[in-house]
Amino acid sequence: MNPLLQVTDLETTFHTPNKDLTAVRNVSFSVDHGETLCIVGESGCGKSLTSLSIMGLLPAKGRITNGTILLGEEELTKQSEVQMEKIRGNKVSMIFQEPMTALNPVLTIGFQLRESLMIHRQMNKKAATVKSIELLNKVGIPSPRERLKQYPHELSGGMRQRVMIAIALACEPDLLIADEPTTALDVTIQAQILDLIDELQQEIGMGVIFVTHDMGVVAEIADRVMVMYGGEVVETADVDAIFEAPQHPYTKGLLHSVPDVDNPMQELKIIEGSMPGPDDKITGCRFHPRCPFAMEKCKQKEPPLFNLSPMHTSKCWLQEVTESESNTVIRG
Amino acid sequence: MSSVAGLKEKQEKSWKEHRLITIFRDLVKNKLAAIGIVIIASIFIAAVFAPWLSSYGPYEQDLSGTKLAAGADGHILGTDNYGRDMWSRLVHGARLSLVVGLSSVAIGLIGGIGLGLLAGYYRKLDGLIMRVVDLLFAFPGILLAMLIIAMLGTSLINVIIAISIWSIPGCARIVRGSVLSIKQQEYILAMKTLGASDRRILLKHILPNCTAPLIVFATMRMATAILSTSALSYLGLGAQPPTPEWGAMIAAGQDFMWEAPHMAIIPGLGIMLTVFAFNVVGDGLRDALDPNMDMNV
Repeated sequence: MNPLLQVTDLETTFHTPNKDLTAVRNVSFSVDHGETLCIVGESGCGKSLTSLSIMGLLPAKGRITNGTILLGEEELTKQSEVQMEKIRGNKVSMIFQEPMTALNPVLTIGFQLRESLMIHRQMNKKAATVKSIELLNKVGIPSPRERLKQYPHELSGGMRQRVMIAIALACEPDLLIADEPTTALDVTIQAQILDLIDELQQEIGMGVIFVTHDMGVVAEIADRVMVMYGGEVVETADVDAIFEAPQHPYTKGLLHSVPDVDNPMQELKIIEGSMPGPDDKITGCRFHPRCPFAMEKCKQKEPPLFNLSPMHTSKCWLQEVTESESNTVIRG
Repeated sequence: MSSVAGLKEKQEKSWKEHRLITIFRDLVKNKLAAIGIVIIASIFIAAVFAPWLSSYGPYEQDLSGTKLAAGADGHILGTDNYGRDMWSRLVHGARLSLVVGLSSVAIGLIGGIGLGLLAGYYRKLDGLIMRVVDLLFAFPGILLAMLIIAMLGTSLINVIIAISIWSIPGCARIVRGSVLSIKQQEYILAMKTLGASDRRILLKHILPNCTAPLIVFATMRMATAILSTSALSYLGLGAQPPTPEWGAMIAAGQDFMWEAPHMAIIPGLGIMLTVFAFNVVGDGLRDALDPNMDMNV
């Protein structure tokens, strides 16, 4: 059976008057029903653009220039705008980072909740209201009937994010894309929201793409992790492998920059330098200027994705070295 | 515990119900705006109940008592050169002014909102629509209205059409400006991820965000519309005699400026008070609706 979502060789380019800037290059991954894939990386690594590419909602001048996005049987890059409108909110939904700005300040919660039900389920206002109350109950909002009449500014940040989730899940989508939904919340609320997403995922059986830069959240929620750098996927593995045996130097760097609660004296390591922009010309591996293990080869030739195991890939020449070493070991 | 929660809920509810009242209270804090509201309210009442407020009809001539001064013979504001009751003509004139003002502003708003939404939302239409709007802006308003009336003929309906066309560009600019900033907001992207069509987003999600500047615009525009109607009628392009229109009444009264000054002054005061009232209320609304404005500045 096909996975729920299969993205192959996705390339997203921005057309500017001077030149074309490629922001997402050769990204391939898949998500299955009930699975959570975390996309991790620094700001500007292409995480959000990857998710917007799936939604078909790239900013003006951005275009998918290569690759396929298969949702079930449907090829999303070939759908017309009208067909995409039927898919968005119905089969794929999205929640955003800032619950403060992702709700319309001049419309009531109830109005915004009813919208997707009225668009996709052709419900009338009455039926949609009943369903909205049910949804608010489901996401753990007390006295939902009164909430429907309230405006976003009357709710706390955590409440608003719950409302966002209720709106996104109103039509029980197959796939939920969560773009840093907990970044703007404090840790206790963050944990509640993560639990809520997990719970609803079990219930609906949807696949979740969770975009984040917080390794703590990754450990909590992910089944599999995809690490992105400079618009490329550098390492994909299941969550245990990422934390226990990270292969790519960038993944290692990310993990080293997370504070360890048990070791108050620990000095955090940083990854020197900053993320290359899409217009920086870098030969070979895009990470080599910042990589502590960079070799001569890294500067000249772009590494392919090495398969360490069926579920674990890493885009780094170090893998070749280890591979050949292990080969010699076997030969010897 | 539950009573505390109940109390809180009650408070929240009463606060919510009074949101419009809060705006109104902010508005009335402004003394001038409060005076404006009183004037507008009395003009509305006078207009609605005009036939019951006056004991003479506006067209009722009495050639035995022409150009009577105010207070004479039961005519509160006197009579004009045909012996028609000035008070009756004034309140019936208020009717006309308000009807013309409201309908031309309404039509102008509809046109302006439509063009502004399209121009702000679709980049491709923006250039075209806004150049047409600039073109309309380049004409002096009264000249544009005269041009339109010259083409369509003189009547009150044509005055309404002329003034509404003249209201379109200002409204279109205001709406376009709001749409340009609102469409970049994350909640619009969020609506798109829910599969909302462009039309739905424009009408149900962007338009409600533009209401505050539009309310102010409409109020201010009422003043201009009423003034322009009178100006056009004064020039003989709008309401024709014997219609009790303020501008036309001034035009008739100016011939008797020396012997019966009240014939021109009374409708003139009517225009002045109405325009003044709508302008100060518009100003007050701008302050009351915009929380970013500091009243002390």
